[in-house]
Amino acid sequence: MPDKQHIKNEIVLRGIPASHGISIGQAYLFLKDTPVVEERIIQPKEIEFEQERFSRSLDKSSKELNKILLFAQEKIGEAKAKVLDAQIMVLEDPVLIGSIKKRITSEKRNAEFIVSDEIGKYAALMLKAEDEYMHERAHDMEDLKNRIIRNLLQERLISKLEGSVIVVAHTLTPADTMILSRNHVLGYATDRGGITSHAALFSRSLKIPAIVGLGDVSRSVINGDLLILDGYSGTLIVNPTDERMKHYEKKRERMNKFEQQLTNLKDLPAETIDGHRVELSANIELLDELDYVVVQGSQGIGLYRTESLLLNSDDFPSEEEQYQEYKKVTDRVHPHRVILRTFDIGGDKIAPATADESNPFLGWRGIRISLDRPDIFLNQLRAMLRASVRKNLSIMFPMVATLEEVRMAKRYVRKAKAELRSQGVKFNDKTPIGVMIEVPSAALMISQIAAEVDFVSIGTNDLTQYLLAVDRGNTLVSKLYRQFDPSVVNTLKHVINGAHKQGIWAGICGEMGGNPLAVPLLIGLGIDELSVVPAVLPEIKKIIRSLNYSLMKELAVQAMGASTSDEVERMMSKFFKKHLPEIPLDN
Amino acid sequence: MIEQEVIIKNRAGMHTRPAAVLVKTAAKFKSDFYIYKDGMEINGKSIIGVMTLAAEQGSKLILRFDGADEQDAANEVIDLFSRGFDE
Repeated sequence: MPDKQHIKNEIVLRGIPASHGISIGQAYLFLKDTPVVEERIIQPKEIEFEQERFSRSLDKSSKELNKILLFAQEKIGEAKAKVLDAQIMVLEDPVLIGSIKKRITSEKRNAEFIVSDEIGKYAALMLKAEDEYMHERAHDMEDLKNRIIRNLLQERLISKLEGSVIVVAHTLTPADTMILSRNHVLGYATDRGGITSHAALFSRSLKIPAIVGLGDVSRSVINGDLLILDGYSGTLIVNPTDERMKHYEKKRERMNKFEQQLTNLKDLPAETIDGHRVELSANIELLDELDYVVVQGSQGIGLYRTESLLLNSDDFPSEEEQYQEYKKVTDRVHPHRVILRTFDIGGDKIAPATADESNPFLGWRGIRISLDRPDIFLNQLRAMLRASVRKNLSIMFPMVATLEEVRMAKRYVRKAKAELRSQGVKFNDKTPIGVMIEVPSAALMISQIAAEVDFVSIGTNDLTQYLLAVDRGNTLVSKLYRQFDPSVVNTLKHVINGAHKQGIWAGICGEMGGNPLAVPLLIGLGIDELSVVPAVLPEIKKIIRSLNYSLMKELAVQAMGASTSDEVERMMSKFFKKHLPEIPLDN
Repeated sequence: MIEQEVIIKNRAGMHTRPAAVLVKTAAKFKSDFYIYKDGMEINGKSIIGVMTLAAEQGSKLILRFDGADEQDAANEVIDLFSRGFDE
């Protein structure tokens, strides 16, 4: 096509490397906030399919809205609930649905186009009224319209994404990432997001290279552009020159070779040269990851994020469904340990999206939700306990702030046990119970908390953001989010010591544990367990096996005495370069 | 066919809740039910349509019922308006 033969200039964009690896492929723009609706003429034989597609999208939208309502009815406030109610009623409006269906058949246009036109007509009428209330309703109708269209497009997207593409988006929710990953996605590039955003964690666990925080990649790229995505350095190159292609092909080869070397470590323990052993386990959120975890040589699961179960189904999973999932994990990982974390929803995670909190990170999340919804909590605890019969399961509570919460949660564990006992259902009465330490109050009170639990696992992402009062997802301040601030280092030491004094172990399941640079420091601080994303497991093991514990202890003492994050980071890189020259710290 | 003029009595006007009550009531009957306001014709069994009416307190609507059970439908629906949707 000669009219399209314009020379494309190379553009280099820089973002935050969120998941390692290099991908080269075509861009696929994933736009969802305001879906772009194309008008398409359909063939008579497609009409039936189009009608079915429309019905499914209604069904899906209605399930989504009902789920939101059911989940947080009393929390989202009456006004918001009414809005949802109105949207749900409109979804069942026989006149509206009838006329959309009629128009798809008579006008032979795609469902997206008719839905957009038909609901859009009503929204436009509502906007005409000079009345604030009607304007709000118009926005509700726009929201509803976009939800239906999104569901229509998503279905199409999944069947459309057959080739291998690099997904480019403004933002990606964990749900998007998961749905997209069912296809062959080579990489993710987004405008927004930080290294610890849930979508970033997700792409890492799936070992799909990703860059976040690119600014305006979704406007700089068009469908089909050739992209190089360097997830080590966070560089995205649009329409690369031949020279650039060669450079990255070489880099990819070099990095692959290093990663291959690591596979030989699979069956070896995570033990230092001078014989200090650390438990090295994996963070997962999908059953699909289990095979990969085993290949990567994990000694167990240090964190299973059960909230992924909520993504898979439209309703809350039943006790039986949960039990089946948990049982699969414990069976597969046996004799190693599996730590199941109870639902950690809220914050930026699979939020009850309409719980309109002005400050969600200080709001209704983690154990707070579970303690407020005993029905859901007990359901989950019973399912977990039932899966504990092989004695390799532990239960962990997220976002604990006070000892009272620990006690309340444990009371529910006892209640769940009593219920199972009365039904004659078997479980391990000694199932270890632990908590995540990610709220500064819990870190300060570690001695008291450690006296009443069997283990603690430090969630360094939240702990850092709460200690430094920095929202990690807010690009205005995200550079102030420094995991190696001396305050964080000293808090870690305080927690580890407090746990050891009560005779329990302390682990890390936060991002920091999987950061190669941080590993010597963490082990030097006395951490007993590192639970990391499966993708980095072999590299972390290699680091541990290349060092002496005594050296790492010295580094930790030094770091605790540092005054600034820069100082700590300098110490760590110096240490790394001196003692681990063979490990490519390419970032 | 029955035609009847009604006036919106409740203060908040025809907002989402009364709209829902109206539609649910109309749905119980087989008869067609249309609402006319300022030259607009709206199917009274359609929630999105009724929401579009933007009928505030004091506005006049014409209701039209047509079908086998039109009398029963008219009685119940007009009653809703005269009670101001119990608001």
